[in-house]
Amino acid sequence: MLKTLQQQIADATASARPLQIRGGGSKAAWLRPLAGEPLASLDIGGWRGIVDYAPTELVITVKAGTPLAELYAVLAAERQMLACESPCLNAQATVGGTLATAWAGPRRPYAGGVRDQVLGISMINGNGELLRFGGRVMKNVAGFDVSRLMVGSHGSLGLIVEASLKVWPCPAAELTLQFEMHEADAILQLNRWAGLPLPLSASHWRSGVLHIRLSGAEAAIQAARRQLGGEVCQDGARLWQTLSEEIGPPASHLNANQDLWRLSLPPHTPPWPELPCMQVEWGGGLRWLGLRPDQSHRLITLASAANGHARLWQATDSGPRPGQPPSAASLALHRRIKSAFDPAGIFNPGILFEGV
Amino acid sequence: MPNSQFLSDLAATVDAQGLLTSAEQLRVYECDGLAAYRQLPLAVVLPTTEQQVIAVLRCCHRHQVAVVARGSGTGLSGGALPVEGGIVLSLTRMNAILNINPLGRSARVQPGVRNAAISEAAASHGLYYAPDPSSQIACSIGGNVAENAGGVHCLKYGLTVNNLLAVRAITSEGELLIAGGEAPDQPGLDLLMALTGSEGLLAVITEITVRLLPKPQVAQVILAAFPTVGAAGTAVANLIGQGIIPAGLELMDQATTRAVESFVQAGYPTDAAAILLCEADGTAEEVRADIEAMSQVLREAGATALRVSCSEAERLTFWAGRKAAFPAAAKLAPDYYCMDGTIPRHRLAEVLDGIAGLAAEHGLACINVFHAGDGNLHPLILFDANEGDQLHRAEALGARILELCVAVGGAITGEHGVGLEKINQMCVQFGEAELRQFQALKAAFDPALLLNPGKAIPSLHRCAEYGRMHVHQGQLPFSNLPRF
Ligand SMILES: Cc1cc2nc3c(=O)[nH]c(=O)nc-3n(C[C@H](O)[C@H](O)[C@H](O)COP(=O)(O)OP(=O)(O)OC[C@H]3O[C@@H](n4cnc5c(N)ncnc54)[C@H](O)[C@@H]3O)c2cc1C
Repeated sequence: MLKTLQQQIADATASARPLQIRGGGSKAAWLRPLAGEPLASLDIGGWRGIVDYAPTELVITVKAGTPLAELYAVLAAERQMLACESPCLNAQATVGGTLATAWAGPRRPYAGGVRDQVLGISMINGNGELLRFGGRVMKNVAGFDVSRLMVGSHGSLGLIVEASLKVWPCPAAELTLQFEMHEADAILQLNRWAGLPLPLSASHWRSGVLHIRLSGAEAAIQAARRQLGGEVCQDGARLWQTLSEEIGPPASHLNANQDLWRLSLPPHTPPWPELPCMQVEWGGGLRWLGLRPDQSHRLITLASAANGHARLWQATDSGPRPGQPPSAASLALHRRIKSAFDPAGIFNPGILFEGV
Repeated sequence: MPNSQFLSDLAATVDAQGLLTSAEQLRVYECDGLAAYRQLPLAVVLPTTEQQVIAVLRCCHRHQVAVVARGSGTGLSGGALPVEGGIVLSLTRMNAILNINPLGRSARVQPGVRNAAISEAAASHGLYYAPDPSSQIACSIGGNVAENAGGVHCLKYGLTVNNLLAVRAITSEGELLIAGGEAPDQPGLDLLMALTGSEGLLAVITEITVRLLPKPQVAQVILAAFPTVGAAGTAVANLIGQGIIPAGLELMDQATTRAVESFVQAGYPTDAAAILLCEADGTAEEVRADIEAMSQVLREAGATALRVSCSEAERLTFWAGRKAAFPAAAKLAPDYYCMDGTIPRHRLAEVLDGIAGLAAEHGLACINVFHAGDGNLHPLILFDANEGDQLHRAEALGARILELCVAVGGAITGEHGVGLEKINQMCVQFGEAELRQFQALKAAFDPALLLNPGKAIPSLHRCAEYGRMHVHQGQLPFSNLPRF
């Protein structure tokens, strides 16, 4: 199958006919539209399975089309996990798509993002060459770190076909605590707690209620619980299961005529009283806002000033919204990197920026 | 002389103390921590601001002069070795800690700040910077980013790359790049990943924001003795199999243990074939639980003696031996050569046997210290550069050891980088297509190929030549370069 994919890519480059990379299709609705759609699709979803797994090495090697849910099941049988807790999205999310979009879940600020779990990658570049970077060992600094550069590249540089991932033991115990708190207090408290040696592993605030998860040795969790107070949440495991699969607040929380925005911010950024959040995750680093279209300018200004980034997630209409464009130097560099991997510009054209 | 125009332009970019040109001054910069390779640069420039770095790079670009960035010069692979006719851009004068943000748990620093200085500055907030290379009192954070440095605690807390938030860097054309940020996601490609570990080939790093972690309340270490290296290796696998991630997990073979024991008297059992240092950190409750669980696994794997540190002083004594491995090796022979291969942990016993066999074949002694937790070997090859062809044999043995690491599924470098030292082994680790891809990425950042040329990424021509050298043994790379 890889040979066929290599040939398809080489042909696309030769004829300058762009391709749309498809894994499980779970995230299609949230990605930027491609230039020149509809495009022929480059399907990696059928390339699935575990290639190698040695639990005591803390490394698993897996084909890119493998559903994340399948990977999680294999790991769970050995009481291990992928520490970034990326969502399975109805078992549709694949390993390749998760890497390409760098989508992480609740454990992100405490155990690292997708890039922190990647040790090595096999990919096909625009010339149809099958390349291997990184490896199956925990440490490898030979050559540029192309494996981690591929994380979040949205398929703009090439097709990920296989990955070696760092895996981590499941915590011995977990406990979820619940607090009633305003947005500002929740954000401040989450940042203060993160600066203390506490076994925090997730946080979620919505409608005046803050949930946090503690993970680790039973004794450590109980000690933290005594220190933090709050109320014990009985069905914590199910709660996080639900929250990690929910991308943003449920639609029912949005008023009519409101856009949904996803904000990535330095976690300690104080809230903006004029634009309150609907939901706060990742210790304050990920926030969701429902806004009228005419409020978007204000949001972009505030987000930029805070060194953050706002992304329109769901719009009420197709009217224009302001963006935060990259600097000219950064855009030029992006284009040069793109053409270093994909000289004919055939992979997911325009998925990151214009021409990238 | 064409250089004089360049040098006067260069002088205009910095203050009077910022440019060194006399042979005596340049001598200090002729090598890094790998002293076997030496080269005098054309000049050394020491900017104090990012603006000056931009001016220096623009000047070099205009004159098409090569630039080698340099932090503290502790690198062990010749990364900061000057190139002929090029300048060294030293970042040691850019050594300010710009901001510590206790609430956001980050530190923003200039590249010349020493690794250990960050944790010192953060200590009053109960925070620290986790990656702790053994050279941490000397090496610069800029050099750490450029090498993706690791440390004793990186199994649990990650390498440099896992503890970075953002960098500012200047391209060879003098353009500012901002990569990463304190916000968790950034639009576009993750350029921070491209820059980390790029060994000064892609851009010059001028500012770094690192993540700070809360300092663990307690740490305790177990010193365990094993009758065979294999048993120690099994203990490592079993710990991880049981879901235990030690804060530090280091293995020393008998030769190393004996050498360090006579050097620092840490109380190591010198009759053991191997010893493991296994550390737990966290809250008092966590550490108590971990030490208990670890002790049991170590005993079951055949540890003959276990000692748990009872005080901070004793913990530091246990570690003192490990930290003295390099100076102790220096007592065993006039010269030593430190290797840096990584392997899958389950091949440990076999690889150590293989190394012993190769060492015997080359007629040299080799002792082993090992970041056991993450499979990073540091074989120390002992030799005497003034004795016949020992240096050549040491280099040949080093190359064979790295090739053995690749053969078992590992890598030629875990944390020291490729530099000039391992450039030939890159041809063993990677195929032609990957090397071409690396070159294309390099050219995307640095189209004129002025940053640290000849390092880290070999030309295909060079690989072809290395292949030939392998056939006609006895010939060594860089025979034109002066040694030790
Ligand atoms: C005794 C000893 C123990 C060591 N222990 C460890 C260890 O435990 N773990 C480990 O990982 N390493 C270790 N090292 C190796 C070395 O300390 C690290 O590689 C360190 O990161 C190098 O930092 P430096 O500031 O000395 O960099 P330098 O040696 O000056 O430079 C290293 C490389 O980085 C580039 N560079 C430096 N600064 C910049 C910048 N601002 N922008 C762009 N490029 C730059 C240089 O061009 C060069 O390629 C050890 C070295 C010694 C001597």
